[in-house]
Amino acid sequence: MKQGWLAGVAMGLVLAMGWSSAADAQGRTRVTVYTALENDQLQPFKQAIEADVPDVEISWVRDSTGVITSRFLAEKENPRADVVLGLAATSLLLFEKMNLLEEYKPAGADALKPAYRDTSGPYTWTGMDAFLAVVCFNTAEAAKEKVSAPTSWMDLTKPEFKGKIVMPHPASSGTGYLKVAAWLQIMGEQAGWAYMDKLHENIAVYTHSGSAPCVQAAKGERMVGIGFDMRGAREKTQGAPIDLILPKEGAGWDMEATAIVKGTKNLAAAKKVADWVATKKANELYGRYYALVAHPDVKSAPPNYPADAEAKMAKNDFGWMAENRERILAEWTKRYDSKAAPR
Amino acid sequence: MPNHAAMTSEAPRAPERSFLSIRSLTKSFGPFQALKSIDLEIGEGEFVCFLGPSGCGKTTLLRAIAGLDRQTGGSIMLRGKDVSNAPPSQRDFGIVFQSYALFPNLTVADNVGYGLVNQKKPRDMIIARVSELLALVGLPDQASKYPAQLSGGQQQRVALARALATSPGLLLLDEPLSALDARVRLRLREEIRALQRRLGVTTIMVTHDQEEALSMAERIVVMNHGVIEQVGTPEEVYARPATAFVADFVGRMTFLSGVMEGATLVRVGDQALRVAEAPGFSAGQKVELGLRPEAVRLVEGAGENRLSMRITELEYLGSFVRATLEGEGASPLTLLADLPFNVMQDRAYAPGQAVIAELPASALRIFSART
Amino acid sequence: MSANASFTRDREARVATLLLAGLAFLLVLLIAVPLWSLLSKSVQNSNGQFVGLANFARYISTPALVASLWNSIWVSSLVALIVVPLAFLYAYALTRSRMPGRGLFMAVAMTPLFAPSLLSAISLIYIFGNQGFLKSWLFGASIYGPVGIVLAEAVYCFPHALMIMVTALRLADGRLYEVAEALGTSKSRVFFTVTLPGARYGLISAIFVVFTLVITDFGIPKVIGGQFNVLATDAYKQIVGQQNFEMGAVVGLILLMPAIFAFFVDRQVQKKQVALLSARAVPYEPKPNGKRDFALLAFCLVIGGLLIGMLGMAIWASFIRYWPYNLTFTLNNYNFANFDPQGWGAYLTSLKMAGLTAIFGTTIVFFGAYLVEKTKPAPALRGFVHFLAMLPMAVPGLVLGLGYVFFVNAPWNPLGIFYGTLTVLVANTVAHFYTVAHITAVTQLKQIDAEFESVSASLKVPFWVTFRRVTVPISLPAVLDIAVYLFVNALTTVSAVIFLYGPGTKLASIAIVHMDEMGAVAAAAAMATCIVFTAMAVKLLHLALDRVVFARFQAWRKR
Repeated sequence: MKQGWLAGVAMGLVLAMGWSSAADAQGRTRVTVYTALENDQLQPFKQAIEADVPDVEISWVRDSTGVITSRFLAEKENPRADVVLGLAATSLLLFEKMNLLEEYKPAGADALKPAYRDTSGPYTWTGMDAFLAVVCFNTAEAAKEKVSAPTSWMDLTKPEFKGKIVMPHPASSGTGYLKVAAWLQIMGEQAGWAYMDKLHENIAVYTHSGSAPCVQAAKGERMVGIGFDMRGAREKTQGAPIDLILPKEGAGWDMEATAIVKGTKNLAAAKKVADWVATKKANELYGRYYALVAHPDVKSAPPNYPADAEAKMAKNDFGWMAENRERILAEWTKRYDSKAAPR
Repeated sequence: MPNHAAMTSEAPRAPERSFLSIRSLTKSFGPFQALKSIDLEIGEGEFVCFLGPSGCGKTTLLRAIAGLDRQTGGSIMLRGKDVSNAPPSQRDFGIVFQSYALFPNLTVADNVGYGLVNQKKPRDMIIARVSELLALVGLPDQASKYPAQLSGGQQQRVALARALATSPGLLLLDEPLSALDARVRLRLREEIRALQRRLGVTTIMVTHDQEEALSMAERIVVMNHGVIEQVGTPEEVYARPATAFVADFVGRMTFLSGVMEGATLVRVGDQALRVAEAPGFSAGQKVELGLRPEAVRLVEGAGENRLSMRITELEYLGSFVRATLEGEGASPLTLLADLPFNVMQDRAYAPGQAVIAELPASALRIFSART
Repeated sequence: MSANASFTRDREARVATLLLAGLAFLLVLLIAVPLWSLLSKSVQNSNGQFVGLANFARYISTPALVASLWNSIWVSSLVALIVVPLAFLYAYALTRSRMPGRGLFMAVAMTPLFAPSLLSAISLIYIFGNQGFLKSWLFGASIYGPVGIVLAEAVYCFPHALMIMVTALRLADGRLYEVAEALGTSKSRVFFTVTLPGARYGLISAIFVVFTLVITDFGIPKVIGGQFNVLATDAYKQIVGQQNFEMGAVVGLILLMPAIFAFFVDRQVQKKQVALLSARAVPYEPKPNGKRDFALLAFCLVIGGLLIGMLGMAIWASFIRYWPYNLTFTLNNYNFANFDPQGWGAYLTSLKMAGLTAIFGTTIVFFGAYLVEKTKPAPALRGFVHFLAMLPMAVPGLVLGLGYVFFVNAPWNPLGIFYGTLTVLVANTVAHFYTVAHITAVTQLKQIDAEFESVSASLKVPFWVTFRRVTVPISLPAVLDIAVYLFVNALTTVSAVIFLYGPGTKLASIAIVHMDEMGAVAAAAAMATCIVFTAMAVKLLHLALDRVVFARFQAWRKR
């Protein structure tokens, strides 16, 4: 009985190890990549990388920006990732500040638009594409209530939007913080807070996920979702009755970027992946999903994407965002989070 | 409590060869002392009952002997071997619980053979032994039933057979009959006693039922508050209780408070009563007199230890009638008297009737006053 | 006590002590060390320096966080007060009546277990959300907030409470009832003097289980909580939103308080609990009683209907093209490769993980509970093991999961080779769901005559033989319950494993969260539907097996 039990445990451990450590038969280097890319992008990206870098096998660990960032930091004593690819630049800046990234400048990096290159200190990260804060506006619900579409951030403080707006909670979601930081940069600190005081009156819920606002707007659960562009575009393509509005004051944005993890055991392979990220071919792939990509020669227009996005990009200082994050979140929490009453 | 020492001197049939020997055994549960320095000798083949009210420590003592609950101090010798720290499996005993503790998912045969299977005995030997045991306890044709299909008495017989299966040197019975109805209890009492005589297995039974102990045991160990009050044969314990507690617990006894007046004279209320002997008591000392109801005689005429009393109540108890008698005077005595049925019929006593009760000096037991 | 120390000849005691020590070591490894790895951060700053109680001071001075504490407490209490009486009555109907379809109702009541907790929240949004077809039933109140949390948590916790109540009520001594009936005791008096006291231990356990389940769950408040902050979402905000592990650890530590409290209450209750099922007890078999059975049937229909409705809503949603604007039927949502690179692979990984969790978890939990409950040596060790077993109930999955990351992935830890493998997922899942399984096992074992081990010792039969020959056969229904409970929870668990899965070991439940986040709610519902049907199939198998077990191997239960 006892012996059988122990044998069972031993057998189980062996089985579990066997399942998990299936080695790659073709002798390629398996590169573990942490990413926040969308689920449906993973397969095309994997195929493209493996086609262009034949001796590399991509092994994804994908989660939302917050989760993957937390996970990366939780593992910092003993990093498991070789490469971080398609994660918000704000997260990578955080990693860089903590000295967790390998210094490496991909071969084609100089050909990219300057904004997409690491300019401070040792070169660690390379931008891929940018995404913007947008207002997802449900036209079907608006028509029912005879509300006209907003064109500016200020419009969202009008009384007819009372209880009809959702945005991400800045303490829960990176894109939530992105919007708050953008308002403070566009309007200046004082006017920015004053604006948010008014906006707060109209907010129904601060969601925990950055994707949720546009999804909720798309499903008619809310009329207005302050989300980001590609999520909104995607919902619209699927048939949601929404318009994507870029407010005229300009919109906050972040970019997705790639970096090599310091201490990786597969440095050579990781460098090849990083090189691929900066190629024009890779940027053409980004262009299938994003309107704004790093390579100056790639022009893209994914379906249902708002026009002239590049022009609406607000001035955004990533360094300022990172430095002031704790202060801003504390202030935000003090002003808005203690009002727990649901609406 | 006086008179712990009395027990050894009072046991005339002291065991020739000590089978089980317990020395200074103590058991504490936190601050509570369940057993206070117990000394006890049990001879081979003896049938001993531990008798006492619940919480007196009798089950604790039994479990310590079994090794199921370890003692706090003292030693236990079995056949001259120190087993104080031996696990139950090395102590050679069989045990029967009030709850039977039969394995509900095993048949009667499997229950009885449970210990045999583990001894790696050949299969046919086990089968033979099991049917022998079932025949012994009078259940020869119940082998394939499950415990839940049997009556309580039958289940307890199975438990007994199981305990005896491995031919243990010591049989421990923990209130084995308490859960059974009276008729079954009486029958099983006799059966257990007969079985024990036949097998000659040393047996300790725990019970709170004095009648059970008196009718079954060769020797009774009366316990209270973690100490042994008396050890003796049923006759000794009944007729010569060592302490007021034993007198009160075993059988009925009427107690009368009094003060020593002379060497063998006790003043009780406004009466003086003669006792046969009062060793160790001196004049002026407060004492208690104990009297069994059946020792009281109703007589004619005055005399020593004869009191004028009145019958206040009659209780018919089958073969005898228990009369409550009340005395006269400022602080009247109350006595119980058991009157044989034939005496009752001859005299036709009735409540309210005046009688003279004799309290024979030889039947009056004297104890120091209880505080 | 010298008597114990010199007790060297007892092989059984040595084996039991050794096994207990092994179990304690395993549980320390599975539960205590990972927890410590995270919670020790509550007294550190972000650079790992010791800062004393500075983080706690910051917590207390933040009014929003303290408000969450209060919110968590009253919401959890309210859910316990709603769920436990309902579960008791439902369990009563299942075990103490001749109501038709008891097996079916049991299965129906288990449905919330078959899906990740957030499924009930998703369904509630479909039903009562701003586009929900029953929105008007809320009389203007919003489902986003405490109303939604309480409703969704009640659904989610119901089967957990029910399992405990059914186990507590299943083994009753029929003679007690016959005695009561013979005495002409009124039905209500029998209920209050026999039934209720017999289930008292289960009732108290159930209250604490529900309370701690609610207070530690973050899936539901995240989806439907709106602006209503609770501790679990605070922990999520600190850890996932701000990568502030230190404050997350503070919140995690506060979440542990109810468990520690529950542990001591449990100990007190246990002291008063006595064995209910001795060999001489006769299993209770309810007699038909038309009025009672009809009333209970009506009650079960309402509760069961609500539970099925929640599930049916999600299943229906999984076949809808674009809710609420395009309600045409489609099977596209089941083509998971369109939504998730692993496609159906995540589902298969989940099956493997759940199977291993059920096998190892049940073995360890039941044998462990036996050692704690039925062996004598090393009382301190047994108390310690019991404490460790009660601990995971209180630990939010997120906290436990992160603890595993810090512990297993530490550079010095040789167990690091398991990081991201199925082994860690299984270990974590067993640890995460240890408590309810342990309580089920202990409740079962308490109802077995305590003298069985004494009798075995007197017959020189070691306890492990009695465990195999008697305890396990008697307890098979409860053992199966535990296995199925672990299997189903392993299928649906999210929060603990979301940091732990590695390349190739992504689970279906995580795929659901990812798909829900990206807006593919229908695909998430579809994956959840697959999980639900798998779990249901397992449950049906369980019921069938139970019937076989009862009929063939447990003939002794019938008089």
